[in-house]
Amino acid sequence: MSATPPAGSASLKLARSNRQSDSRKRADRVGDLSLRLICTAAAVLAAIVLILIAKEVIEGAQPAFAKYGLSFITHEEWAPPLEVFGGKGLILGTLITSAMALAIGAPVAISIAIFLALLAPDGVRNVVSPLVEMLAAVPSVILGFWGLLILGPFLAGTVEPFLHEWLGFIPLFGTPQTTGASIFNAGLILTIMVIPIIASVSRDLFMAVPSDLQDGAAALGSTRWEVIRGVVLPTTLSGMLAACLLGLGRALGEAIAVSQVVGGGTESHISLFRNGGTMASLIALQFPSAISALHYASLYYLAALLLVIGVAANLAASYVGHRFGGAPAR
Amino acid sequence: MRLGRRDPSQEFDPTQPLVATGNLRRRHFVSRAFQCLAVAAAVGAVAVLVIVVTAVVSHGASAINWDFITKGAPEGVGPDLVGTAIIVGIATLIAMPVGVLIALFLTEYAGRRSTRPVQLLLDVMNGMPSIIIAVFAYILIVEATKKESGLAGAFALSIIMVPLIARGTQEVLNLVPRPQREAADALGVARWRSVLTIILPAARAGIVTSTLLSVARAAGETAPLLLLSSLFKDETFQFNPLEPLPNVPVRIFQLSEEANPEGFTKAWGLSLILIVIILALGLGSRALLNRSKRKMS
Repeated sequence: MSATPPAGSASLKLARSNRQSDSRKRADRVGDLSLRLICTAAAVLAAIVLILIAKEVIEGAQPAFAKYGLSFITHEEWAPPLEVFGGKGLILGTLITSAMALAIGAPVAISIAIFLALLAPDGVRNVVSPLVEMLAAVPSVILGFWGLLILGPFLAGTVEPFLHEWLGFIPLFGTPQTTGASIFNAGLILTIMVIPIIASVSRDLFMAVPSDLQDGAAALGSTRWEVIRGVVLPTTLSGMLAACLLGLGRALGEAIAVSQVVGGGTESHISLFRNGGTMASLIALQFPSAISALHYASLYYLAALLLVIGVAANLAASYVGHRFGGAPAR
Repeated sequence: MRLGRRDPSQEFDPTQPLVATGNLRRRHFVSRAFQCLAVAAAVGAVAVLVIVVTAVVSHGASAINWDFITKGAPEGVGPDLVGTAIIVGIATLIAMPVGVLIALFLTEYAGRRSTRPVQLLLDVMNGMPSIIIAVFAYILIVEATKKESGLAGAFALSIIMVPLIARGTQEVLNLVPRPQREAADALGVARWRSVLTIILPAARAGIVTSTLLSVARAAGETAPLLLLSSLFKDETFQFNPLEPLPNVPVRIFQLSEEANPEGFTKAWGLSLILIVIILALGLGSRALLNRSKRKMS
């Protein structure tokens, strides 16, 4: 690598430069080694933190796990004063809100991505793209506050009675409550949060589809939509799945915004218009004022469940993204 | 790809005008309908952003004046702003070196076998719900010291920031032109010198950008601070990070939980300040990144 003068040179000048380059070489060896070590240490540190997170949370959950075992998942009652804890209602709430966020958010986000990557002229794309990403930058506490004060009353006054009247025979659309704090509201807030994530990942995917394929399909007489339907969507299917899993991970773990709009219940029910709770939101609501060791342990139990589901969603996203080609999930 | 089915009863007529009929007309219609849906979806997303921001601005603007920004409770929120600045500042000081070093490890030192696991690690860290990081920091620091503190909050925020900084830095490091590295190698410059004097300076704008973006993200993170720095003294300015520091997100959260119209106004004002800071950081870093990318390519 470094230029060394020929060894054993008689000239004084060369000898000096030789000595200089020796010390420089030594410094380089030390410098190279230490920079490599520091960088590696940083990566190892991140790994240690991740392992520590898993270890501490799962250890914290031990007392609750010892007491309830897996029946925690199927038991419904959550009553801190009585020292009775069961997570069924919260798990159900988490699943319903996240499913709702994905069911509404994924098609909308993918449509946005189609618009941004394939339909919009450059000028429009350069304006709308940053705007969609700004939606992701709005802090969850502000979104939750907005959901509580503005979206909630609107839903309770207008949307929920309407849906209840027309679709009330489906148990999902039960009797609305007057406060506006509901599972439905939480699901909508989560929808707003997952859309920018899925949209920006899918947009990058769509932009990476080779234009040869699209041009070929167009040359065969396909309309714009048939090109998208027949070429773009099938080649990026796995990537879109990965994007949705990322969005799911975000929706499952969102604590603050949900805790503001969901109303803080713990029962298990499937009416969207009643208040409820999710695992993450209950941790945020009750952790600061937990009343007993078992209460803490049960919250840790919820956190551990959330950790497992969240990591699984992320690993699945990464696996799907890499395994089935397409751009790697970010 | 379904192409138009030919109708056997219809004879070819060269004098017919060239307009879409029958099946093709239907296909054009379907295509246009879906394009309209896509446009509508984009408009909807932008509309939601506009509605939220408008609500924050219209409710928050009336709350904001000089006293609101500079004074302590009850009339102002100065301590919250100072506390958030301190917490996020410390978090940045922790996260930036670690994030940049991890990015350097990935681009300069990692072999084929260690790249994938570290990438995966960053992905998992990035997707980790912030409430879990909060619970972790609570067990690790607050339970051990029996006291909430701004420092614990900063620690949790730094865990959130590291993957963001590492990812962004890695992207710009990969953009540093290959000939620059090769020229350094050809001159016999040692790897560590070329990293410190050529590669990192070339990527400086990108590193600053990703750090700013992660600061924007951390400034609004509520869950960690709710668990780690929420039992603060209310009225006065606090500067000691070993004590719980008042901060903006937790204050908004607490005010939103109390049904008090005056508190709501205050929360709107705080939301406005926070959202302006975050959007400014986002836009500023984006402009910086675009400029540096143009310069590099």
